[in-house]
Amino acid sequence: MIAFLVTALFAYLVYLVLTAGSGTIGLWSQAELIAGGGISLVVAAISRKFFCRTGEYRMANPLRWVLLVAYAAVPFFIEMARANIDVAYRVITGKIRPGIVKLSTGLETDLGVLLLANSITLTPGTLTVGVDEETNDLYVHMINIGMGTETKESFEPDDVFALFQFPEWIRRIAE
Amino acid sequence: MIADTIIMVCLGIGLLFNALGVLGILRFPDVYTRLHAETKTTTFGTIFISLAVIVYGAARVMEGETGTYLTLSVHTFVALLALAFTNATGAHAIARAAHRSGQVPKPAVVDRLQEVRE
Repeated sequence: MIAFLVTALFAYLVYLVLTAGSGTIGLWSQAELIAGGGISLVVAAISRKFFCRTGEYRMANPLRWVLLVAYAAVPFFIEMARANIDVAYRVITGKIRPGIVKLSTGLETDLGVLLLANSITLTPGTLTVGVDEETNDLYVHMINIGMGTETKESFEPDDVFALFQFPEWIRRIAE
Repeated sequence: MIADTIIMVCLGIGLLFNALGVLGILRFPDVYTRLHAETKTTTFGTIFISLAVIVYGAARVMEGETGTYLTLSVHTFVALLALAFTNATGAHAIARAAHRSGQVPKPAVVDRLQEVRE
């Protein structure tokens, strides 16, 4: 039952976002509000087993979503801009020192590892190539490995991210 | 007028990074380093081009034209989220497929994944 309600609420919110600006009740027309309610109930009946497959409801807490937006807007975006300028410099000068390193993350849940792997991949200069599914370690292709650090058995997040501690943020969001 | 300036700056940054991404495909030596340039740099550029569209729509809404322009901004924002997630997943899948099919990174100073596989 709780899975049905969570899925219905989420589907309704997505419907409201997509139809914003259609009328005069707030931003929506009466027809859209009613149709959205009906459609979200149908969607919830069909897809609740996929949407709430793990049976955990940590992500239903709105605070985690606020943190996720804050994470995307400030530390992630700044790190991404810094890394883009770095890669732009390497495109022009051709100074690269690539290699695949092992990164110990310390994260425990699938969602946490997914968020970290996507953050790493979206940051230029680092690219997730593989994941160790037992220890949740990531194999990361880096375009410029610091001189002398390639002999390390496994990298800590400090060695990969220059400015912010992504795993700390993601632990607060997803675990 | 401020909105116009922001739109021009966003479009300029976006086009600059997209052009650098294209240049990276031509200059980098192997599939992994090319993925760095062609997926990430172009995403950053496209994010700024999308931001320009969002600012344009938002400026029109401020002027009092609701409806179509609000929808334009919101839908571009949804496209931006989809782009960020699918791009990361796609780059990850290409890199993994390349490594599984035997493309070793070359040049490379270290390859821990190959050591594990052997």
